[in-house]
Amino acid sequence: MTQENTNEKYLVDIRNERLSFFTPAGEVKALNDVSFKMKEGEVLGIVGESGSGKSVTAYSLMGLTAYPGRLIGGTIDFNGHRINDLSESEFREIRGNEVSIIFQDPMTSLNPVYTIGNQIEEVIRLHTDKSKDEARERAKELLTLVGINEPEKRLKQYPHELSGGMRQRVMIAIALACEPKLLIADEPTTALDVTIQAQILELMMELREKLGMAIIMITHDLGIVASMCEKIAVMYAGKIVEYGTTDDIFYNPKHEYTKGLIRSIPRLDAKEHERLVPIEGTPVDMLNPPAGCPFAPRCDNCMKICLKEMPPVTYFDDVHYTQCWLNQKEEFDASSKAGKEGADE
Amino acid sequence: MSNYLLEVEHLQKHFPVRGSSFRSKLAVQALDDLTFGIKKGETLGMVGESGCGKTTAGRTILRLHEPTGGRIVYDGDILFDKEEKIAVNMLPYRKKMQIVFQDPYASLDPRMTVGDIVGEPIDIHNLCSSKQERYDRIIGLLERVGLNSEHANRYPHEFSGGQRQRVGIARALAVDPEFIVCDEPISALDVSIQAQVINMFEDLQNQMNLTYLFIAHDLSVVKHISDRIVVMYLGRMVELAESYELTMHSMHPYTRSLVSAIPIADPVEARKSNRIILEGDVPSPINPPSGCRFRTRCPYADEQCAAEVPEFREVTSGHYVACHHLDRVK
Repeated sequence: MTQENTNEKYLVDIRNERLSFFTPAGEVKALNDVSFKMKEGEVLGIVGESGSGKSVTAYSLMGLTAYPGRLIGGTIDFNGHRINDLSESEFREIRGNEVSIIFQDPMTSLNPVYTIGNQIEEVIRLHTDKSKDEARERAKELLTLVGINEPEKRLKQYPHELSGGMRQRVMIAIALACEPKLLIADEPTTALDVTIQAQILELMMELREKLGMAIIMITHDLGIVASMCEKIAVMYAGKIVEYGTTDDIFYNPKHEYTKGLIRSIPRLDAKEHERLVPIEGTPVDMLNPPAGCPFAPRCDNCMKICLKEMPPVTYFDDVHYTQCWLNQKEEFDASSKAGKEGADE
Repeated sequence: MSNYLLEVEHLQKHFPVRGSSFRSKLAVQALDDLTFGIKKGETLGMVGESGCGKTTAGRTILRLHEPTGGRIVYDGDILFDKEEKIAVNMLPYRKKMQIVFQDPYASLDPRMTVGDIVGEPIDIHNLCSSKQERYDRIIGLLERVGLNSEHANRYPHEFSGGQRQRVGIARALAVDPEFIVCDEPISALDVSIQAQVINMFEDLQNQMNLTYLFIAHDLSVVKHISDRIVVMYLGRMVELAESYELTMHSMHPYTRSLVSAIPIADPVEARKSNRIILEGDVPSPINPPSGCRFRTRCPYADEQCAAEVPEFREVTSGHYVACHHLDRVK
């Protein structure tokens, strides 16, 4: 069916990525045939439950899925690099320079025995040939950029002297030190309070406006992707089960899992008390995934074929696609109906 | 005689700070001047950011933390009164008042089977006379929360987060309580599991005529499950109202920013919403700001806010707010 124009240049182009963790208990297929593309400056949201593979997808772009993880299929292209073939030293060139990452927990991702200044300058001096003084100046600029007052004083402080929101700002400053093309934000606000979360999200959008980097936003909060992202990938059990623009996903969801997710969150503006419609069952055991569609055991409209075979991709337009037998069936019914009508005339 | 099942008045909990200089009076003022009542069969929601005293409130009401001031009245019985120097033995009341903890990974003993975990309160209160009766009761409880009899012989590590939380709920229900403090019972769970557990709380309430104090930081969840909501900030109540009224017509500047900071899962709404972004962080409860504790982050603050603690007063029927400048807040 329709495919996106292949002549266009993409910042990220992942095709049929398969990645497994070889654990003592057996092979965990963390990513199973994942494909997506991102243009420069685009904001992509990846949503899913814990263990659905959303972090692994992003980490594999940076080569952070080392032992026991192994890439066993597909290609990953990022900004002109074929990630599959990179050596560790080549990765070091890219990390922090062209792609950087903000982790979930700002309490543990900064080094407690170095000052804030030390940690920001390290990145700058590693990737540029700036002198110590120049690096310090740049660090000050960065702290101002992320909205931290008195940067001079903060540079000399240790992480434990700052609050959670401040630490996350420092993380963002470190990530943006070399003006990367792509920023991966792995649940950047999950550990923060709502009002601090609002500050950090606002800051990220402001910085994107200023610096023009692309962002991959990994989260389980549908509210965050609704306000920030242009495209959304919904992941379940190591697969992208639905991919589309934000409006597609929220106003025209096609996959049963996406529909279920949207139905199951309480709305703040509901006047009458409406009962929530949960997705029944429990998430997949990734060591023993079911044959066929991984969502089938929890799906209300499960068909026989769903339990046997993995559904192929159904495209609705250039962007929006799902992996679901129901959508395949609907498309097939629609096209055969159209064919029939054509014949009748 | 009031129509409240549980009433607290001016409840206070200060934790002494250890390690500070000898005889210093430093204390974490975790909870101050908590005053409210919960009617029978009602769900009172409690929201606020981390460190605002919501968990302390829940535990102090059950006297898992001994209060440092104020008064707790349950069903007409005084459980604690600082001024009258009353502090009753809580054991008989543990049968009526129970708690579900936040973290289902930490609140179940890893070396006990699920059957024994649920059975422990039954043993403590001698609720069953024979082994068979005890067993039947445990199975009945497990079934009530959506588990089954074969789960009774397993250990907590064999369960997922959602199932563990069900075990925690079954344990709370074991003594057939009237009142349950739900301390962030769903925040450790996955999105698709949260709705299941919320629905279960509602069903149990209808079946067993339970009264809840439902504590959470997620306002949309609290709004969904509660009849009334109280908003906490730095150990004090800032606003209390019926839940739709509170989210849609909030008056206190803190509540307003809290409501606007919630990401809305609707792109069109999200694009047009005007977030009120608060500056700065929550101050330390060891040395809270004088007067109104919110004033360091409040856009409307002036000298009066620093000088006087705002009174927690009824502005419209059933809607209580603690703010000096309601007329200016728009």
